[in-house]
Amino acid sequence: MDILSMKQWSPYAVGIGIGLLNCLAFLLSDRYIGCSKAFSDGFGAIERLFKGSRVLEKPYYRKFVPQIDWFLMLVIGIVFGAFISARLSGELQGVWVPSLWAAHFGPSVAGRFFAALAGGFCVGLGARWAGGCTSGHGISGTIQLAVSSWLAVLCFFVGGIITAALLFKIL
Amino acid sequence: MGGELFMLSSIRSNKSLQLAIGLLIGTGFGFLLQKGGLTSYDVIVGQLLFTDFSVLKTMMTAVITGMIGVHLLKSAGVINFHPKQGSLGATIIGGLIFGVGFALLGYCPGTVVGAAAQGSFDALFGGIAGITIGAGLFASLYPRLEKSILKKGYFGELTLPELLKAGEWTIIIPLCIMIMVLFIFLEKSGF
Repeated sequence: MDILSMKQWSPYAVGIGIGLLNCLAFLLSDRYIGCSKAFSDGFGAIERLFKGSRVLEKPYYRKFVPQIDWFLMLVIGIVFGAFISARLSGELQGVWVPSLWAAHFGPSVAGRFFAALAGGFCVGLGARWAGGCTSGHGISGTIQLAVSSWLAVLCFFVGGIITAALLFKIL
Repeated sequence: MGGELFMLSSIRSNKSLQLAIGLLIGTGFGFLLQKGGLTSYDVIVGQLLFTDFSVLKTMMTAVITGMIGVHLLKSAGVINFHPKQGSLGATIIGGLIFGVGFALLGYCPGTVVGAAAQGSFDALFGGIAGITIGAGLFASLYPRLEKSILKKGYFGELTLPELLKAGEWTIIIPLCIMIMVLFIFLEKSGF
């Protein structure tokens, strides 16, 4: 079977690839792979459309300037990469409600939409609050042996495991 | 050696080349995330429910590979580290808020865009919008939080070797062995 059209690769092969990409980011760009900054940039850009460039005076945006930068290009790249991979394995498919969700909470599109919106809200707030997400802290930070990143990834999973258990086993 | 460093610094300071490199690394990352099944809600929530271990296996393999790789590159003097600063108030509270969202959404900021690209509308319309609003709210709250909760228990850019007063490889090697023992255990138990 053609490797590019396979639906799922071994997690170990994928992990080695992601680890090597992180090394490349350090080597070629003096940066680490992280995805949550692009979202505060995105909000800053939308705010700027409505309120003008004075929003750039906000203390947070002075520290993390909303601009077209490496981190935004990284996230745009993810769109292309995931699209190509899904296209090659024939997995491009419009889905509103994932099957595991539907099996527990039913096929309601509105229900899934609001859960995703609320979950996304916590993900965005928590990622910026903790200073990184599952890539910025979870991989890029842990490989540098940063205490903040090991502690953050532990909290991501503790919070996630407890919430998933509450949602799926008690509700 | 001097020549290589000069070449690296000219690559790193070329702004448009950097945007292209960011795009290429992102493309590779998105491709791998999709091939690993990590752009799937079922796989991520399956990990949180302990029914699917793809997330743990992928992340921990990336950690082993990356940890050895970046430390070798640092020893060779060709890269600099950028450990993130942390505090108990920022890292623990932020991490737990993220975790709650992680389980509800079933994607993270990187995989949500990959999921959207393959046609998951919950990721595209719910997830991306929610993350953007959440990140924006944090940017607005930042001046107040910065003076209070984010400062609590500040430990800065502390690293494990500094915390444990041990050499880097004294930590890396046992950590890699522990992760590999975990993998063997998972594979033997049929996960």
